[in-house]
Amino acid sequence: MAERNTAAAHPAGPPGAPPAGPSGTEPRPVGRDTVGSRVTGPDTAGSRVVGSDGVEPGTGKPDRAVVRDSLGVGVAVGLSGFAFGVTSVGAGLDLLQTCALSLLVFTGASQFALVGALAAGGNPFTAAAGAFFLGTRNAFYGLRLSQLLALPRAVRPFAAHWVIDETAAVSLAQPDRRAARIGFTVTGLTLYVLWNLTTLLGALGAEAIGDTAAWGLDAAGPAVFLALLAPMLRTATERAVAGLAVLLGLGFLPVLPAGVPVLVAALAAPAVLWLKGRGEAGR
Amino acid sequence: MNGTGIWIAVGLTAVGCYLLKLGGLLVPAETLERPLVRRLSGLLPVALLAALTAQQTFASGGALVLDARAAGIAAAALALLLRAPFLVVVAAAVVVTAGVRALGG
Repeated sequence: MAERNTAAAHPAGPPGAPPAGPSGTEPRPVGRDTVGSRVTGPDTAGSRVVGSDGVEPGTGKPDRAVVRDSLGVGVAVGLSGFAFGVTSVGAGLDLLQTCALSLLVFTGASQFALVGALAAGGNPFTAAAGAFFLGTRNAFYGLRLSQLLALPRAVRPFAAHWVIDETAAVSLAQPDRRAARIGFTVTGLTLYVLWNLTTLLGALGAEAIGDTAAWGLDAAGPAVFLALLAPMLRTATERAVAGLAVLLGLGFLPVLPAGVPVLVAALAAPAVLWLKGRGEAGR
Repeated sequence: MNGTGIWIAVGLTAVGCYLLKLGGLLVPAETLERPLVRRLSGLLPVALLAALTAQQTFASGGALVLDARAAGIAAAALALLLRAPFLVVVAAAVVVTAGVRALGG
């Protein structure tokens, strides 16, 4: 989804990726402000919650409030599956491929990245590699959530599919384990159902109207990415990485095969970290 | 890209992304907690999203172009600065892009 983002805002999209859909749609988008602002640093949020481990009488958040917050995120971001369905069909995938992505990948930003790379003529391996790298952050959400939610081993393979920007943001923002579990489940279920339904509707609609570019729908994908990216640009380091990645991604575009320039642009992350380390060491 | 190629990409992405999610839930915390790994994992999405946004705004095939999409993304950026909800941001990009094209841009 993009990861999708947030509550009121929704988030992210993409899914939120994805937005994004899931994910990615995970989209973490904009919505993040609401939920996200309480998650100041997954680290602290995570340890605080884990520490409290449970339910101290009087400090628990009412279940109804948790459900309401979760539904806000799930509905807002879930609806952005429509943009994914349209973008995917516009990129040349068929209905079945589009729906398979939302059902099986369910992380919006990765889904948008994959169809964007395929539309640009990338080969299946470079396209999948870009989507995979975008999904790495979900591993870190899982790391925090496994402590926070304390899921039974047998449940983890099923819960894993819902570990995305939005479910992590909602769960980590809760004051205790019970609220975190409710938040994870309600956000995950709402988002999964809506993201897949709206993906289907978007794909059907795009097939019906034919040329999606004439309707400006080819701008939906990059707009989702921008919405996911904006809340991440908090420090000079992040802005430097983004700026360098844009230069690398556009600079190598005319000279490297489709899909490869994005992977080259990913090197902006270690490059900026390395330069920053040298700068600090030299001081 | 033919259908088989797309299905290969869909399958690889589905399996890879699922294993990432499951891995986070199953691996011992210290594996992913090394400071370098954590910082890189935070910055990788920034680099990828920035590059993807730029490419999908300014690329057409292997060439760099300036067309109606740039106006649409500028509108989306403005909406983000005004703290508009996610769906409004995407809608702004789509509507402005379509409008500029309708005007011959």
